[in-house]
Amino acid sequence: MVPTHYYLILSAVLFGLGAVAFVFKRNIITIFMSIELMLNAVNLAFVAFSQAFGKVEGQVFVLFVIVVAAAEAAVGLGIIILIQRNRQSLNIEKVNLLKL
Amino acid sequence: MLDILWIIPLLPLLGAAINGLFGKTWPNKIVNTVALSATGLSFLGALEAVREFFEQGQKLVHKEFFDWIVIPNLVSGGNLFRAGFDLQMDQLTVVMVLVVTGVGFLIHIYSTGYMSHEGGYYRFFSYLNLFMFFMLILVLAANYVLLFVGWEGVGLASYLLIGFYFLKKSASDAGKKAFIVNRIGDFGFMLGMFLLFKTFGTLDFTQLFAKAAPWSHESWGVFGTFTGACLLLFTGACGKSAQLPLYVWLPDAMEGPTPVSALIHAATMVTAGVYVVARSHILFTHSETAMVVVAIVGCATAFFAATIGLVQTDIKKVLAYSTVSQLGYMFLGCGVGAFGAGIFHLMTHAFFKALLFLAAGSVIHAMGGEQDMRHMGGLSKKIKWTYATMLIATLAIAGFPPLAGFFSKDSILGAAFQIPGGHPLYAVGLLTALLTSFYMFRLIFLTFHGKQRYDEHHVHVHESPWSMLGPLVILAILSIVGGWLAAPAFLPGGTDHFANFLAPVFGGAHAEGEAALSEAAAHSLELTLAVVAVFAALIGLLTAFWLYLRQPGKPAEIAKSLKPVYDTLYNKYYVDEAYGAAIVKPLLSLSTNVLWKIIDVEAIDGTVNGIAHGATATGDVTRRTQSGNTRSYAVWVVVGALAILIIVFWPAIRALAGGAQ
Repeated sequence: MVPTHYYLILSAVLFGLGAVAFVFKRNIITIFMSIELMLNAVNLAFVAFSQAFGKVEGQVFVLFVIVVAAAEAAVGLGIIILIQRNRQSLNIEKVNLLKL
Repeated sequence: MLDILWIIPLLPLLGAAINGLFGKTWPNKIVNTVALSATGLSFLGALEAVREFFEQGQKLVHKEFFDWIVIPNLVSGGNLFRAGFDLQMDQLTVVMVLVVTGVGFLIHIYSTGYMSHEGGYYRFFSYLNLFMFFMLILVLAANYVLLFVGWEGVGLASYLLIGFYFLKKSASDAGKKAFIVNRIGDFGFMLGMFLLFKTFGTLDFTQLFAKAAPWSHESWGVFGTFTGACLLLFTGACGKSAQLPLYVWLPDAMEGPTPVSALIHAATMVTAGVYVVARSHILFTHSETAMVVVAIVGCATAFFAATIGLVQTDIKKVLAYSTVSQLGYMFLGCGVGAFGAGIFHLMTHAFFKALLFLAAGSVIHAMGGEQDMRHMGGLSKKIKWTYATMLIATLAIAGFPPLAGFFSKDSILGAAFQIPGGHPLYAVGLLTALLTSFYMFRLIFLTFHGKQRYDEHHVHVHESPWSMLGPLVILAILSIVGGWLAAPAFLPGGTDHFANFLAPVFGGAHAEGEAALSEAAAHSLELTLAVVAVFAALIGLLTAFWLYLRQPGKPAEIAKSLKPVYDTLYNKYYVDEAYGAAIVKPLLSLSTNVLWKIIDVEAIDGTVNGIAHGATATGDVTRRTQSGNTRSYAVWVVVGALAILIIVFWPAIRALAGGAQ
């Protein structure tokens, strides 16, 4: 049996990769994917704990996260398509209407 | 009725409220009905109350209707301070209540005729009723605090009515002037009340006077409690009753409609100061200084105002200065200890001065608004009733027997003559009587006799309606018979009914000088003084007759030869200008240059604007964090998450670090 902290370390590494990519990447789709990566890193941690403590709540929570992620993907991709249509670009630095 | 004494003042208040709230769309008739029934019923109530007062043997009635301000003494029980809605009735109140409601009612009737063509009819009657309410509170109050409520209330009503034609700048200015000058006096009045409360622990008349009576008298030059309190109260009285140096508002108050001048600025409100002095006579007689000050101020005002009255050309202004002068007489009476005589003159003055103003109003009405006597003349045949009643009032104020003014003025002059050191006061008073007679007959001759000096094509002279003449006739009768209450004093063995009636209130206060003389000597002296006074009045009459009817060119010649004197009098001794230069200008420049430009603009606005500018500057700096760059927000989110992690796990991190060492 794989010890729990292996899963947790993997989860932390995945989350860290996701966070770094989120901050540094410019393509919106890549950023979107890094968000998904972070979500799934968290999911991994949840199931690891669920298995370690023999409780089912972690797995239930993962299901919720997957549902939310699916909904978010639908909305997010819709936004990305609109951005592409309006600006002919997916560079995040072009999306700066909030700038002063 | 005595159990429901409150109904006397309440009725006019109701009338004021009804007319004020709903009268705007009503026709004049309904407004009349409300206003007249309010004051008329109040007058009937007063009559009934007076009847019951006599029936129960003229004992002081003191009724507590409800508490208003109460400060209980929690330590030893009882009240530290109580000011209640307490009304009282004694002989002095009887006189005042009857004068206020009676003359007030007559003037209300007159106003229905005089104001019938004016806009704001309901407003006028609402204010007039409001005035009646406060004036009745003033005279019925059983403590200084409630009296002060009425005192301020009549000031308010006076302000509203002087500024009745508020679109006219001079009228609204005059209203403000009256209000502000009165505030100066009221400040003194309040300080006086505080001093009395601090000393005696109560402001209820009965209790206060009972506590004050045994105190020792303060002789001339001693500034003790009584002197201080009395002088402060007298400051208030000076403001309200237009005495030197606070008289300046009264002549300007003539901007109000004439019935207002008659009711408020001649018959009732301006006599409130005399009433307060008479009501506080126990305090005043305890301080010789205060009495001397009252007498001198009264005497000086009487003379001073009479001299100004000599040369005024506006018919109402002459009467205004005459009022100031007559009020001076009343204070002179009080100051020499003849409180009864002062109140007697107050009453007769209410009759004949109200009559003079109403008749003057009738003249103005007849002339279509003209107030300048130089543009009148020869009116006696055209408005006979007005002429006859005004002549009676003039004879009364000039002091011709057997009219009212003769008896009241004489008793004041007699009292002034008889106190020690009173001869100068008497001399000035007598001279004033001569001047009074002169300027009043000057008014009569200029207005009613001689050549007519107006254009008949422009002015259609017409007699006033009976709603105006009726009150004139009644007041004329009162001006004749009003003095007879005190008339028997001149007959051998007769007594002064009026003084006797008021004796329970004033006690022996006015008997000081008279006691020194035997009965017969006193009477012969009084008779001599009366004859002298009548001679003075006659001289005034004849001089006016000679100057204004026999030699119509003469007054202008005299004015030219005595130009400096004439100019000074015509410009009212430049007192308004002096006040303007000494008080108004410095205040205005202080307000403009310091209060406005430095304190308001620099300090107050500066603080407010400074805070606003500070907020903007802070925002300018901190808005840089809101770059609008999505990735920078993401960085902040990550940094925040890391910070939270570190904070949450700080103990564990420390333990790890500790373990590593």
